[in-house]
Amino acid sequence: MTATGIGASVKRKEDYRFLTGQGSYTDDINRHGQVYAYILRSPHAHAEIAKIDTSAAESAPGVIAIFTGADYDKGGLPAGWQIHSKDGSPMIEPPHLPLCKDRVRHVGDQVALVIAETYAQAKDAAEQIDVTYKELPAIISTADADKPGKPQVWADAKNNTCFDWHLGDKAATDAAFAKAHHVTKIDLVNQRLVPNAMEPRAAVGDYDRATGEYTLYTTSQNPHVIRLLMGAFVLQIPEHKLRVVAPDVGGGFGSKIFHYAEEALVTWAAGKLRRPVKWTAERGESFLTDAQGRDHVSHAELAMDKDGKFLGLRVSTVANMGAYLSTFAPCVPTYLYATLLAGVYTTPAIYAEVKAVFTNTVVVDAYRGAGRPEATYLLERLVDKAAREMKMDRVEIRRKNFIPRDAFPYQTPVALQYDSGDYFATLEAALKASDWAGFESRRADAKKRGKLRGIGISTYIEACGIAPSAVVGSLGARAGLYECGSIRVHPTGSVTVFTGTHSHGQGHETTFSQLVSDTLGIPIENVEVSHGDTNKIPFGMGTYGSRSLAVGGSALVKAMDKIVAKAKRIAAHLMEASVADVEFKNGTFTVAGTDKNVPWGTVALTAYVPHNYPITELEPGLEETAFYDPLNFTYPGGCHICEVEVDPDTGVTQIVNFTAVDDIGRVINPMIVEGQVHGGVAQGIGQALLENCVYDEESGQLLTGSLMDYCMPRADDLPNFKVATQSTMCTHNPLGAKGVGEVGAIGSPPAVINAVLDALSPLGVEDISMPATPLKVWQAIHSASAKVAAE
Amino acid sequence: MHDFGYHRPASAADAAGLLAGKNEAKIVAGGMTLIPTLKQRLAQPSDLIDLGGIAELKGIKVESGGITIGAMTTHADVERSTDVRKTIPALAVLASGIGDPLVRNRGTMGGSVANSDPAADYPAAVLGLGATVRTNKREIKADDFFKGMFETALQDGEIITAIHFPKPEKAGYSKFANPASRYAIVGVFVARTSGGIRVAVTGAGPCAYRSKELEGALSANFTPDAVKAVKLSADGLNSDLHATAEYRAHLISVMASRAVAAAS
Repeated sequence: MTATGIGASVKRKEDYRFLTGQGSYTDDINRHGQVYAYILRSPHAHAEIAKIDTSAAESAPGVIAIFTGADYDKGGLPAGWQIHSKDGSPMIEPPHLPLCKDRVRHVGDQVALVIAETYAQAKDAAEQIDVTYKELPAIISTADADKPGKPQVWADAKNNTCFDWHLGDKAATDAAFAKAHHVTKIDLVNQRLVPNAMEPRAAVGDYDRATGEYTLYTTSQNPHVIRLLMGAFVLQIPEHKLRVVAPDVGGGFGSKIFHYAEEALVTWAAGKLRRPVKWTAERGESFLTDAQGRDHVSHAELAMDKDGKFLGLRVSTVANMGAYLSTFAPCVPTYLYATLLAGVYTTPAIYAEVKAVFTNTVVVDAYRGAGRPEATYLLERLVDKAAREMKMDRVEIRRKNFIPRDAFPYQTPVALQYDSGDYFATLEAALKASDWAGFESRRADAKKRGKLRGIGISTYIEACGIAPSAVVGSLGARAGLYECGSIRVHPTGSVTVFTGTHSHGQGHETTFSQLVSDTLGIPIENVEVSHGDTNKIPFGMGTYGSRSLAVGGSALVKAMDKIVAKAKRIAAHLMEASVADVEFKNGTFTVAGTDKNVPWGTVALTAYVPHNYPITELEPGLEETAFYDPLNFTYPGGCHICEVEVDPDTGVTQIVNFTAVDDIGRVINPMIVEGQVHGGVAQGIGQALLENCVYDEESGQLLTGSLMDYCMPRADDLPNFKVATQSTMCTHNPLGAKGVGEVGAIGSPPAVINAVLDALSPLGVEDISMPATPLKVWQAIHSASAKVAAE
Repeated sequence: MHDFGYHRPASAADAAGLLAGKNEAKIVAGGMTLIPTLKQRLAQPSDLIDLGGIAELKGIKVESGGITIGAMTTHADVERSTDVRKTIPALAVLASGIGDPLVRNRGTMGGSVANSDPAADYPAAVLGLGATVRTNKREIKADDFFKGMFETALQDGEIITAIHFPKPEKAGYSKFANPASRYAIVGVFVARTSGGIRVAVTGAGPCAYRSKELEGALSANFTPDAVKAVKLSADGLNSDLHATAEYRAHLISVMASRAVAAAS
């Protein structure tokens, strides 16, 4: 391994510009003649728009145009995935117009687009728009949305049901339960979360009247996907007349995958007004309009034999979609959730039912982990409860049910085939690193200090590296999920890498540079990574689902294979040798068995100055593009162990140790991997202890609509993490990479809650919901002590 | 935010004059509450009178054995002051836990006390130490100052100039912070003074108030255990997403006990 090669903790190339304030984000982009958009939003969760009077606002200073739903003449935002219900009927897909026409369906819904010379003028003018609303009752609760007699979000969606879907073998599962020695049951809520990327969403629309080309600068994780969705479905602009640029983006966590109304509105308005239009969300708007995450209500049952071997699993989940279908919303609680319910266990029969419901709330879509955290939380809470009821050791029940090392490839009863893994290895490594065996003495010591100490475990798997196009197509995806990469070797031998993935915190500029410099044997400084511009990058599906290295990196490997093959032919010509005898290593071409050699730079120069060149057999130039469509998902997994101390006087939970041992396949940059795990675990701890998106059940107002009430994790909420990787290689991509972006957020929440429950178990507390806030923990302690006192 | 006139007077007298001359003028001290309110367009003052340029309102001095702190002194200055740390360490501890570094560098004692936010920290110290609020017109005893949620004894045109804190024999502050905002869900300031035990509670009610039960318990026995065992009523206490009234009632005893333990 070289100092900058695969496996080296190279410092991030991009950090210099970020840390010195020289990143260029969407809001930093200013076009000549630019005007500003402010969006007047609904103050009501559910109301008819009786009348909109814009006359006073139109004559306000600086106002250029005001558009309402009546003015908007283009298409709605499409859903990118179609789910069919049990009865074969397609999901209900309501229209999702960028400007509401006659009804608003959540607080924050778009009512009018105000464009003025300055942002302040647009905002001032919006105050003068007089909207007459006829308020309607709202439905907020996930659990109640499908009950009869509730307010209806969409006339077509009876009982607010979008789809009623299932997966697995019901008969086989029923049979497994019929012969069960014991059944453990659990009811769980996976609460709604607000993503809160550091950079709020922003969009600048531009129109070139000379060429008729539109440009959208936007905070996106996948500019080509936005070009496709907005161009083809919303505004009917063909790809060759639409450029989408996602420059530096300050975090996404999934929330910037989706195509949003504001992107279409600024692009549409730029074309109408012939002036660039900028919109930047305020933090409050981020709370009210960024697609939110999770929001499941579930019941699950686990059937076991007398030895605690899992026989069958039944799961019934209601998933909240919000008021509309966001881009990938339907696949999150289905194919990214129920397919993971086997977990790392050999449960032979599984049956899952998922009902998706509409409510008068912000849309819900993929958020770091997307479906897999929900599946993992459910399983790992259930397995812990099963162990307690069976009076078995928590670790032992897991070992007993793990998929054996020699069982791979392993076909689960819920559609997936795991290619590789060793759950025993990650478990043992985590037990050792966390000193699981020594816990009881730490508990006793804490007790002396008046603290309740607990330890919790989670052994998880996830499916990422999304995804094989044919497979997801058969499951309802309306897109392919391959990735594209290009390698452009310049005449002097330096390289520009073009990737269809997008880096918004992941460090791709470093990781991909390491991969390319290591493979081509050139210094890392000679590699530049370009991403985020549809006019530069041939194509791409973007970054989400921990896919960038496994899928995007594999595309780059394929492109480099082509580069090396062509370069070998050039080198063979220069060395007057047969191409079959040419070897390429450390940036030098040699002929086997001779001392002949040609350096990389000479081959590159020859490709562009083809004076001595096999010109009749080979084109000049050295640039190759590859599309890589994965053969399977990848399956990172591992073991997270959390140790907490609860202060019984206040209910405060402090995380005192956190250990994560993850199997993520090939590691290119261990430091970046560690950072990804740190960030993911911080988000998982945020969900477990701090974050909760709460709406008023009557009015539908978002009660946690600012950072004063919505608690994001901060450094002092977190311990120093013990992070390690213990990898088996992915068997079906050329890198062996599995992906690391989401593992932290997937594996950690149940480890934290299981630890809190372990700490409270001496008091007889058996359940606590996320987030386990001091209030909830204190209430649990309080009611348990009251119960003990009463007995 | 909406447009407003902006004034930066050089003396408290000028500030009072400006305030009297404008119809809908507001005073801005550190702006930690007012500026966000303006940004959200929840207030529309005609004029802002910025006290930031008035030298006489700033500074910390030892005075008749206690400490006098100018109204425009920032939390960070209080936190770092060796005079405060020496004379009333609990006050420095309290200041060090307000909001975050940005808030502490901008926010002022006078602004916080004049605002009487139910969850602000300083009112607990003012009341707990039996401080005197000095204004451009008079002196107001702490016990007479806090009237309710965002309500004080200040009259129209009255500007806090300084607050004088007598030195206690012992004092301590303990706060249970809202995990998101870091405002006090419950904050308790305890002081043993020449005039007796004072216990002031913030975060739990409409404004900072003295707890007679806890004062009674500590008068008999100034120990953490003496207050921890006191069961307080939840009647009239705040209840919100983060804490019920019952939880707050419980936390008052716990925080009081910790404040006593920390008292010095």
